Amino acid sequence: MENKTAAVQMRDITKRFGTVLANDRVWLDIYRGEILALLGENGSGKTTLMNMLSGIYFPDEGQIFINGEEAVIRSPRDAFGYGIGMIHQHFKLVDVLTAAENIVLGLKEPGRLNMDEVAKKVKAICDTYGFDVDPYQKVYNMSVSQKQTVEIVKVLYRGADILILDEPTAVLTPQETEKLFAVLRNMRDAGKAIVIITHKMHEVEELSDRVAILRHGQFVGDMLTKKTNAQEMTNMMVGRPVTLNIERPDPVDPKPRVEVKGLTVRDIEGTLKLEDVSFTINSGEILGIAGISGCGQKELLEAIAGLQPAESGSICYVEDDGTREELVGKDPLSIADMGVCLSFVPEDRLGMGLVGSMDLTDNMMLRSFRKGKSFFTDRKKPRQLAEKVVKDLDVVTPGVTTPVRRLSGGNVQKVLVGREIASAPSVLLTAYAVRGLDINASYTIYDLINQQKKAGVAVVYVGEDLDVLLELCDRILVLCGGKVSGIVEGRGASKPEVGMMMTRLGGKKNA
Amino acid sequence: MRKQSKGPIVHISKRSALPWYHAWAIRGAAILLALVVCAFVTTALTGEDPIGVYKTMFAGAFGTKRKAWILGQNLAILLCISLAVTPAFKMRFWNIGGEGQVLIGGLATAACMILLGDKIPNWLLIGIMILASIAAGAIWGGIPAICKAKWNTNETLFTLMMNYVATQLVAFFVIVWEVPKGAGKIGIINQSTQAGWLPQIGSYKYLLNILIVAVLTILMYFYLSRSKQGYEIAVVGESERTARYVGINVGRVIVRTMLISGGICGLAGLLLVGGTDHTITTTIAGGRGFTAVMVAWLAKFNPLVMVFTSFLLVFLSRGASEISTIYGLNHSFGDILTGIILFFIIGSEFFISYRLSFLKHTKKEG
Repeated sequence: MENKTAAVQMRDITKRFGTVLANDRVWLDIYRGEILALLGENGSGKTTLMNMLSGIYFPDEGQIFINGEEAVIRSPRDAFGYGIGMIHQHFKLVDVLTAAENIVLGLKEPGRLNMDEVAKKVKAICDTYGFDVDPYQKVYNMSVSQKQTVEIVKVLYRGADILILDEPTAVLTPQETEKLFAVLRNMRDAGKAIVIITHKMHEVEELSDRVAILRHGQFVGDMLTKKTNAQEMTNMMVGRPVTLNIERPDPVDPKPRVEVKGLTVRDIEGTLKLEDVSFTINSGEILGIAGISGCGQKELLEAIAGLQPAESGSICYVEDDGTREELVGKDPLSIADMGVCLSFVPEDRLGMGLVGSMDLTDNMMLRSFRKGKSFFTDRKKPRQLAEKVVKDLDVVTPGVTTPVRRLSGGNVQKVLVGREIASAPSVLLTAYAVRGLDINASYTIYDLINQQKKAGVAVVYVGEDLDVLLELCDRILVLCGGKVSGIVEGRGASKPEVGMMMTRLGGKKNA
Repeated sequence: MRKQSKGPIVHISKRSALPWYHAWAIRGAAILLALVVCAFVTTALTGEDPIGVYKTMFAGAFGTKRKAWILGQNLAILLCISLAVTPAFKMRFWNIGGEGQVLIGGLATAACMILLGDKIPNWLLIGIMILASIAAGAIWGGIPAICKAKWNTNETLFTLMMNYVATQLVAFFVIVWEVPKGAGKIGIINQSTQAGWLPQIGSYKYLLNILIVAVLTILMYFYLSRSKQGYEIAVVGESERTARYVGINVGRVIVRTMLISGGICGLAGLLLVGGTDHTITTTIAGGRGFTAVMVAWLAKFNPLVMVFTSFLLVFLSRGASEISTIYGLNHSFGDILTGIILFFIIGSEFFISYRLSFLKHTKKEG
């Protein structure tokens, strides 16, 4: 690597949040003409480190050199001055403006603003790297991947030649991911320095030239991607050997547990979210649900859980003795009163599944606090449950009286899943159960889900990582624009096949 | 060529958690600092000796037995209204209609006293007064709650507007019941028979009010922290979506909580009209419906801490009015001092949740 120029050198960078050491004397070099994958578990300090480079945080100690000169980056504007641009996980675009308007937003260029001039420049950038953006398209008309493209063009327009992408593929389909990777390779070949933060090993192997690994805020090491493999990288991240295979035991005595027929759901604005959806959830089986984000997954689970009114169709709960109960038109409380034990791990953990400012004990009793006739709450049993969950699932927390908001993402999810399976459910609905979780925590969750399956629970797993869906699920229901695109067997299904079904009904090209 | 690096000098970071004695030390320091600043302002503006001014303030609050009792009475009423708005605020329902709910409770009390006085036994009259005042306050709080639950109306504007309606209603009935005709005020109701006056414990005029509010404080503390309904209030306040997810009927909790909130405000009206003033005017709540919001926020909605925060506010206002009489200053001067002290107390919360560190940039040259 001696023949390449180090665009960025970070030396002894230290950052503390309160008593937490987020980065501990980190050394990192970023080179031009190279794609660097920054790896690490949740809370290992990847995003913090990159935020210091892009001017969002200021390091407590240490120095940053850009092109060999010491740089002081106090704000994102300073960062742009050094040619550093970061694309965050959550897009920062104004919906009612066009792509070009968003791109020039906040730029202080002398003279009058000429939108056609801007559009021309945007077009030129797109042509250079192979982006596909219409400068005059409004952002609210764009897909997630188009919005991401606008974010990338935005930083390029500002002259960035050091690009940082924080989990860029989390929201993309396999086809969109391929397109993004092609663009990133073009930019690398044009001599730009690119850093991507990701949890997905196969993407690291496919895309990056070099990997750098952080563990507990410390720099563990870096190496060329082609000289390493997923197993070695994972071991370095976790600090000990880990097995990377997801278990898929055979279904245990599958019997129909929930039958959904012709379900149609509209949201509050009257937009059709689900149209004529029919499928069966079996006991002792994991049903995966695949689809581009926002294709009705959320509405589907919420309709089953009694949180989303259905316009038409039926959701039938089938008991072991064959009795059928209609769930449509019931709220969560009346579903529970019917004796249907339905657990739901929602996508929005702190906004829906848990109360962030309450401690573990109080969160444990969210489901059960009504039990008993007493006017007052009983906190003894929830406390015992909290202690049990902490012990069984290795939740890292100072104690059961800590507000769950203070826990890291993986531990928050363990608390939520722990509570939901504690009630011995017969149906377990999970939405993006491992989103934002690192490998270690993800595997804990897969394990828990498999244990539920083995116990005869009917599990629904809404996921975004196709590789995981294909390895974990017995059957996969593919949604496309609120309709069922198809149901495939998990064993033997191929990634391109499912990916195609996600973008086109039935998965056939030009049907 | 080397550039001298200039990092930010002050650095703000969130504190993880502070031991309680540390937090109270910061608050104590803030009050001391506020007193020092007030001393400077006093000397600069009036030339008076600041120590003397503080002594006067203290004398205004505790100087005589009577002043101490008045302090206790004001404290009880302010605390009562603060306790009333607390469950609503904990639910993130911005009930700034405490003023109107107190007024309407007081109006209901006065109506009972005027219309039923001496016509029915006194114990029955007082019973009816209690029910009527609580019901009136509950209705006044319940209307915005029902509209919020059904049509998601904005409760801040709604409760605020209800204040004006209550004030106008009181103004109207003051004219209807004015004694003597043309006086424009009601005067002391049932002065000769004392019908409907809440009983007095021994020779202490204000003791009953203080005892009632003390019991209420403890009840409210346990209601919020231990009861299932209190738990529901906290969940709805933190996240309505979570509440729905676990099957809490959000609309019902909103209406129920506002009935309680309004009801206790109505009770405060009863204590004012039936217990101490024995008359009603449009200004009987005296802005305490709004001051109560500050009391509740300063105490972070803990009813036990609210005893101290309401004491602080009452002490400041009693002391301030004493200063203006003794030194012949404008009443606004007392308010200026109160403002300075509150500024420091509220400002100190920033230093409790955040840490400021001054960065030293020891850059190696070379």
